[in-house]
Amino acid sequence: MHRYSTFQLVFLFLGALLLLFILAPLLGMFFATQPTELVDTWREAEVRESIWLTLWVSMAATVVFAFAAIPFSYLMARKEFPLKRLVTGIIDLPVVIPHSAAGIAILGFVSRNSVLGKAGSAVGLDFVGHPAGIAVAMAFVSIPYLVNAARDGFHSVPLRLEKAAFVLGATPARVFFTISLPLAWRNIVSGLILMFARGMSEFGAVIIVAYHPMITPVLIYERFGAFGLKYARPVSVLFILISLSFFILLRFLAREKNKSR
Amino acid sequence: MLELKNISLSNTGFSLKDISFKVNKGEYFILLGMSGAGKSMLLEMIAGLTNPDSGEILLNGKNIETSKPYEREVGLVFQDHAIFPHLTVGANIGYALKRQALSHAQKQEEIISIADRIHIGQLLNRQPSTLSGGELQRVALARTLVQKPEVLLLDEPLAAIDTKLRSEIRSLLRQLNREGQTIVHVTHDFDEAISLANRIAIIHEGKIIQTGTPEEVFASPRSEFVAHFVGIRNFFKASFTETETGCIAEIAKGLRIVSTHKSGPGEGYIMIRGEDLTLSVENYESSARNNFMGKIIEVSGSRTGIDVIVDIGVPIHVSVSKESVHSLGLAEGKSVWVHFKASAINSITK
Repeated sequence: MHRYSTFQLVFLFLGALLLLFILAPLLGMFFATQPTELVDTWREAEVRESIWLTLWVSMAATVVFAFAAIPFSYLMARKEFPLKRLVTGIIDLPVVIPHSAAGIAILGFVSRNSVLGKAGSAVGLDFVGHPAGIAVAMAFVSIPYLVNAARDGFHSVPLRLEKAAFVLGATPARVFFTISLPLAWRNIVSGLILMFARGMSEFGAVIIVAYHPMITPVLIYERFGAFGLKYARPVSVLFILISLSFFILLRFLAREKNKSR
Repeated sequence: MLELKNISLSNTGFSLKDISFKVNKGEYFILLGMSGAGKSMLLEMIAGLTNPDSGEILLNGKNIETSKPYEREVGLVFQDHAIFPHLTVGANIGYALKRQALSHAQKQEEIISIADRIHIGQLLNRQPSTLSGGELQRVALARTLVQKPEVLLLDEPLAAIDTKLRSEIRSLLRQLNREGQTIVHVTHDFDEAISLANRIAIIHEGKIIQTGTPEEVFASPRSEFVAHFVGIRNFFKASFTETETGCIAEIAKGLRIVSTHKSGPGEGYIMIRGEDLTLSVENYESSARNNFMGKIIEVSGSRTGIDVIVDIGVPIHVSVSKESVHSLGLAEGKSVWVHFKASAINSITK
């Protein structure tokens, strides 16, 4: 067992305060909610539908955008090109801009008068007030998490393993699918989970693009605005519980997969 | 069969200038040079992973410079093995077979046959993380040999494994070469070069400065760098006879040297450092087991003192101090005795 010096004990005290700061409000909310309230809230179709909507739209956004994000991350990890630092900065942009502002930008981008909006209308897809619009807003704010994690993953695959595969007769595509992708997989899965989590907790960008259909963060806000703290609390607790169990499950599955290989 | 013509490449850290050499079919060719001389880069160019700035690479007379790595019939074994950590040993070996139109059973057969040849048949289902350095090196060899490459390129194959296993891998490489495999091997270790090569090329500051058989290169280094790099001026081909306490090495007809090294019976080389020899004008009783008389054929200054060459049947280099040259009156034509201990001899068997 490690002994702490007085100096380190001060650090320990500050750390404990920080943990309390995160846990106290959450635990306070949990204890202030009666189990019966939770059951009643779960019985409301509106609540169940919104939780389901939030989960699947975020999942869909993650999967769809991964098809572009993963190959792009590979390039970012392996290739040097002019303005690479600028490109890296662009990827991080959604993290630093206010999400309501991001929502305004996306609304302009997908509205009925925009190029994308018109193209969508032509095939009968209206982004505004549609799950597709929600997915776009979620992806916009959460894509940096996947790109950065996947890029780090590819970066950690030793270049000489790829070289060895080339010399053993593999084409560039085969090298990517049999060597780079499997070896970076742990980081990629971690990035996918982060992107999914960040997407489903998004509020600011989504509420501007699509107030309806209502994702859970918007529903919580609406109940708070209309009925106050007491009514917003059970939905919040329920949503947190469900998201937490989801992440624990996903992490567990990712770990099992890694163990098995 | 493999020919490099005027290959040049500049890169950060090193540059290769006008590299030309030819490797014949069935030959064991070693590129010997210090770390960072660009040796590995040469192998990567032959394998097609890097392109030279200028020059040509020919395999069986055909220019392969524009062909992709997977189209060239060369196999490269990396210094640190580069075994795929997420695949079993069997899958690692089978990786190169995917391009070939073989049935699953035929592929399995190929994998098992090569694994048996390299003595890793029992490891096929293991994960690479459970293997030792020597085993990984064998897997890397098997994985490359399964492609049946025209030329096997080895990048410091013995550097990452412990001394005990080295002789095992050496004899494996020798065996592969005896079976007809053409090998190009890069190393910085001259012991390794002597014990394996048919021919050696010494590379220094981006240029090949000498090419020849081990005897030619070591016995008559053509530049100071080679002499310094090989370190040892007294380098002789020898045939060994085992004795109770070591061996006897015959380096010329009737010229027998006693060594405490256990070597032989068989052919090989012996090396004696010039600093380990002493000179005297008269013979005297001492603990040195090797005492020969000869005529001085040259006295010249060297970086470490004075280099005296005495003909004792073969020319032998002795390092002495300036003071000794004066007090013993060492000069060309003078007869002297050369003494050295049996333990001063280093031997390498083929």
